[in-house]
Amino acid sequence: MELYVSEFSKYVMALLMFLYTYECFAVFRYEEEERRRGIYTRQKLLMFVFHFSSFLVICFETGDITYLFFYAFQQIVLYAAAALFVMLYPRINRLLINNMCMLLSIGFVILTRLDLNKAVKQFIIATGSLVVALIIPFFMHKFSFLKNLKWVYALAGIAALSTVMILGQTTYGSKLSYSIAGVTFQPSEFVKIMFVFFMASALYQSASFFEVFTTAVIAAAHVAVQVLSKDLGSALIFFIVYVLMVFVASRNFFYLFAGFAGGSLAAYIAYKVFTHVQIRVQAWQDPWSLIDSAGGYQITQSLFAISSGGWFGLGLYKGTPESIPVVETDFIFSAIAEEMGILFAIGVILICVSSFIMFMKIASGFSDKFYQLIAFGLGVTYIFQIFLTIGGGTKFIPLTGVTLPLISYGGSSVLTTLVMFSIAGGLQIIKQDEEEREKEERKKRMNAKKKRKKAAISKTQPLIEYDEENMSEYQADKDLYDEEER
Amino acid sequence: MRKKGRTVKRKKKNREIMLVTWGFTVLFLVMMGYIAHYSVTHQQELINNSYNGRQKMLLAQNRRGKIFSADGEVLAQTVTDEEGNEKRQYPYNNLFSHVVGYASNGRMGVEAQANYYLINSNAPLSEKASLDMRNEKYPGDDVYTTLNVKLQQVASTALGVYDGAIIVTDPKTGQILAMVSKPDFDPEQIESMWDDLIEDNESSVLLNRVTQGLYPPGSTFKIITALEYIRENPDTYQNYRYQCGGSITRGEDRIQCYHGSVHGSVDFTKSFAKSCNTSFANIGLSLDRNSFEETLASLLFGQKLPVSFPYGTSRVDVSESTSEADMMQVSIGQGTTSITPLQLNMITCAIANEGTLMKPYCVAYVQNSVGNKVKEFSPSAYGRLMSQEEAENLKGLMEDVVQEGTATRLKGLSYTAAGKTGSAEFGTVKGDSHAWFTGFAPVEDPEICVTIIIEGAGAGGDYAVPIAKRLFDAYYDT
Repeated sequence: MELYVSEFSKYVMALLMFLYTYECFAVFRYEEEERRRGIYTRQKLLMFVFHFSSFLVICFETGDITYLFFYAFQQIVLYAAAALFVMLYPRINRLLINNMCMLLSIGFVILTRLDLNKAVKQFIIATGSLVVALIIPFFMHKFSFLKNLKWVYALAGIAALSTVMILGQTTYGSKLSYSIAGVTFQPSEFVKIMFVFFMASALYQSASFFEVFTTAVIAAAHVAVQVLSKDLGSALIFFIVYVLMVFVASRNFFYLFAGFAGGSLAAYIAYKVFTHVQIRVQAWQDPWSLIDSAGGYQITQSLFAISSGGWFGLGLYKGTPESIPVVETDFIFSAIAEEMGILFAIGVILICVSSFIMFMKIASGFSDKFYQLIAFGLGVTYIFQIFLTIGGGTKFIPLTGVTLPLISYGGSSVLTTLVMFSIAGGLQIIKQDEEEREKEERKKRMNAKKKRKKAAISKTQPLIEYDEENMSEYQADKDLYDEEER
Repeated sequence: MRKKGRTVKRKKKNREIMLVTWGFTVLFLVMMGYIAHYSVTHQQELINNSYNGRQKMLLAQNRRGKIFSADGEVLAQTVTDEEGNEKRQYPYNNLFSHVVGYASNGRMGVEAQANYYLINSNAPLSEKASLDMRNEKYPGDDVYTTLNVKLQQVASTALGVYDGAIIVTDPKTGQILAMVSKPDFDPEQIESMWDDLIEDNESSVLLNRVTQGLYPPGSTFKIITALEYIRENPDTYQNYRYQCGGSITRGEDRIQCYHGSVHGSVDFTKSFAKSCNTSFANIGLSLDRNSFEETLASLLFGQKLPVSFPYGTSRVDVSESTSEADMMQVSIGQGTTSITPLQLNMITCAIANEGTLMKPYCVAYVQNSVGNKVKEFSPSAYGRLMSQEEAENLKGLMEDVVQEGTATRLKGLSYTAAGKTGSAEFGTVKGDSHAWFTGFAPVEDPEICVTIIIEGAGAGGDYAVPIAKRLFDAYYDT
């Protein structure tokens, strides 16, 4: 019986995942949230079935029914969070809310399988973080002075990172965290958000050479502190976010190329100067010859895990993902691939990509450059971190040791990502306000034009000449007006 | 109207953001493709890695599968006694020691190559479920080889007490029919013998001499020298003439014919058939070193071989700076030249198969416990080692070796044969030589290809050719 359940469940999981990710991209067929409602409902249903059946399998495999209680708590919290977001902010982007809950539940499932204690801790932290995340859109909406705090963000960020560098605890050769009253913080996670805010507030008015230069100095300080703390992953994230935000703010390709050229040069120098960088690169090129050293051992164990699962995975509890060092944080993707299968793991990647595309969609429609840059910067931070962790764990790129947002174990990471998602969700509300204001204005203009036209017709009779530009603008306004009438 | 509606939206899109979105999306698509491809193509290789703990997990869950010969004889199986202890049995004991190998104290042979299949179980779910109930292990998948028990027995008996190696293959498919390496051992006793075997460096019992033994090729190498001469002189090689006086000298270096024979006036065919060292040293002196180097590379010397088991790398040192003395040595297969019986067999197979080399393999297919095929390995071509015409010409030369040369013991039988003998001198004592033969039958449409080396026996024509005859006889008797 148990065998049938575990064999059958593998295919069910893959199917649920496939359907869920399909819906993730089906969302983009429609522009209005209204018309996406059906999709969101189906996603919620799929999420529920996945979450419940995964825990059912866990109960079967462990022979311990009490896991269902743990599941029940998770279900209540996730359901309540999703419902509250929608209740408090009816216009929030629900794809982001759904994906957030789906990724959290995948994380709960795999963490429960790996280490129940950590899963419980993660659950408690996620619950607290969701409460924090719930009030974020409100703040975003009300506090427009956030735009003017650029030096606060910059100094707070560098100060937080430097504190860790000087006082921090060393984990796996990197200084990442410090403890206050027994709670361990990993400030580089929070600083990522602050850095995006800094960049946006520095560049939203103008992205001339002066701003690009001053932000470069601050960005370089962030990167340098991270490199010295041996946290190469975060250093890379700050760098990429800097280059891409400057590119979008300035709309100048020169900065993009200059940024990558400078980055390559810096990477080359870092490779020559720092032995810990060299070790990472060697372990990437040929992990098999370094299998006995720490760097090579991790990545080879991760590759064993990824390759042993096949398309549908070995099934929960059927593999040995615990043989990978720090599997719950840096290599959680490999554990998913081993026990839930490559297809499921690719589904996880696709959920992350669809969230990223949604961030970008929110950003691209904004007229307000500050908010646009925030949405863009957070999206890039999010997706690039995923690229680093999954690419690193699969030997696609050198390993940098960052977490998989919302899935990996780690309170700071979960809180930061939830805040990022709810900021983006909140931005969607601001954007809709903005759009509505624009529509109102258009309507007014339209009416005014109509009046003028009528007046003109009645006065002088035809032969009114519109220049091309005016005409298309007029037509555009008219279209929007018509659409609204419908 | 609709068209206009779209211009409104486009006005709002931001080109730079679109670019970044697409950039990351493409990057992720590439990465997903890479992950899927990597995990599927490396599945077996990685599970065999000794650092991978998943092997133990599989062995705790599945009973190691059986290994069969081509005709369905059990070559290896795991039996469980009443106390639940598992033991790997090898019914033929020493006979398949290297080719089937062993699975404790490391792994070797088919046990190593097919380990992934043997430790995985594709038994039907219903069977697994009922085994679960009885708390028994699942049966691992069974591996069927291309090996022929009869040919293996003949080869092993024929080699007798001599050290040496024999490989028998089908040139049309690349299937390995027999593979014997001596000295051999009993894989069932491997654990108790282990320490002795490891300490004993002299006889290297565990070395599979077919695939890893590196020997001087002696006169069998003249096949390759001949090929190069034909390549350089495609239209005129038949006009070659040489007066053999028993030896040839260049400076201080002197090459003699085997056992002091004097062949007199020889042409190209006769030089080959009689295996005239002096004439071939003379041919060697005329060869273009760069072109020779290319030919050697095309015959896979110093290259990776298209096989899925461990092998030694055969090497011939020819480069622009090779001295005349060394060229004379190289062209008769002496000096620093070394070759594995496997590689010589592959070259012989390519000649027999119109120039095309089929990849040698010995695992034919894998079956689950109820007889459904899990995986099948079909013959596959590696590619052309030489043109059809070159293969045809070499075949003619090798036929003459049987008709009027050093392998006349294969003449006038119910089948036709072709080949080349060799007596490779080794060590410092003059006259000590390994007996070589490599060849195939029947000449018209070759279906069996043998390569034999007997260490320290003497002349190939006297010792190796009779073994070839016994193998061909056994093959055609069946």
